[in-house]
Amino acid sequence: MSDEKKLAIIATKGTLDWAYPPFILASTAAAIGYEAQIFFTFYGLQLLKKDMNLKVSPLGNPGMPMPMGMDKWFPTLGTALPGMESVMSGMMKSKMKSKGVASVAELRDLCLEADVKLIACQMTVDLFDMDPDDFIDGIDYAGATTFFEFAGESDVNLFI
Amino acid sequence: MTDYTEKFDATGLNCPLPILRSKKVLSKMGSGDVLYVISTDSGSVKDFDAFCKQTGNELLESSEAEGKYHYYIRKA
Repeated sequence: MSDEKKLAIIATKGTLDWAYPPFILASTAAAIGYEAQIFFTFYGLQLLKKDMNLKVSPLGNPGMPMPMGMDKWFPTLGTALPGMESVMSGMMKSKMKSKGVASVAELRDLCLEADVKLIACQMTVDLFDMDPDDFIDGIDYAGATTFFEFAGESDVNLFI
Repeated sequence: MTDYTEKFDATGLNCPLPILRSKKVLSKMGSGDVLYVISTDSGSVKDFDAFCKQTGNELLESSEAEGKYHYYIRKA
C-alpha cells in the first residue's frame, strides 16, 4: 500500500447543482496529493455524458435562491410551468460564469487530467439501456465490488 | 516584495480554480522555485494555507491589499 491518501466518492445525482461536489472535491483532493476515485451510479451517470446538458430544478427545492427574491413570493406550482426548468438552469449557469465558478465540464476535465478514476456503474448502464458511445472516453465500467476494492482502503468516503 | 520565479493571476476565478490552476503551474516548476499568486477569492486565504500545509510547499507570504490576495509559495 502506498502512503498516498485516498478519496472515494459515490455520485448518485444528475443535476447541475449536484454535479459540482463530486468533481470539486475529487479535483481538489488530487491537487493536494490524494488518489481519488468517483463511482457514478443511477442519475450520477449523466455526469459522464459527452453532452451533459445538466439542469437544476426549482421544483420541490425551497432552498434554492432565485432572482428578485422569487423564492419568497413565487408560487411553488409556478415552478412546474413548462420551460421553467430551462430558464432557471440558464440563469444559474450565467450566474456561475459571472462569478468565476468553473463549469462542470471544466472541473471534469481537471479530474481527468489529474488521473482521478471515473467509474460508471455497469448495472445502471444496462438498466437504462444507456449507450456507452454517449459517455466520455477514459472511464471504466464496473460494479459495487470494484468500488469496495478502492473504498475499503480509502481515508475519505463520500456518498453524494 | 518577495522575489518570485513565476506569477499566476487568478483574478476573477472562484473556488476551487485558484488552487487547481496554481497547482498546475507549480507542477511545472522546480523545487525551491517561488510562485506568486494573485486572487480575488476571499476563501482562498484559508485554502492556500491548507493547500501548503497538506502538500509540503511553503507559504512564504499571504497578504491582502485593495481587495486582492497575494500569495508566495515555495515549491517543496
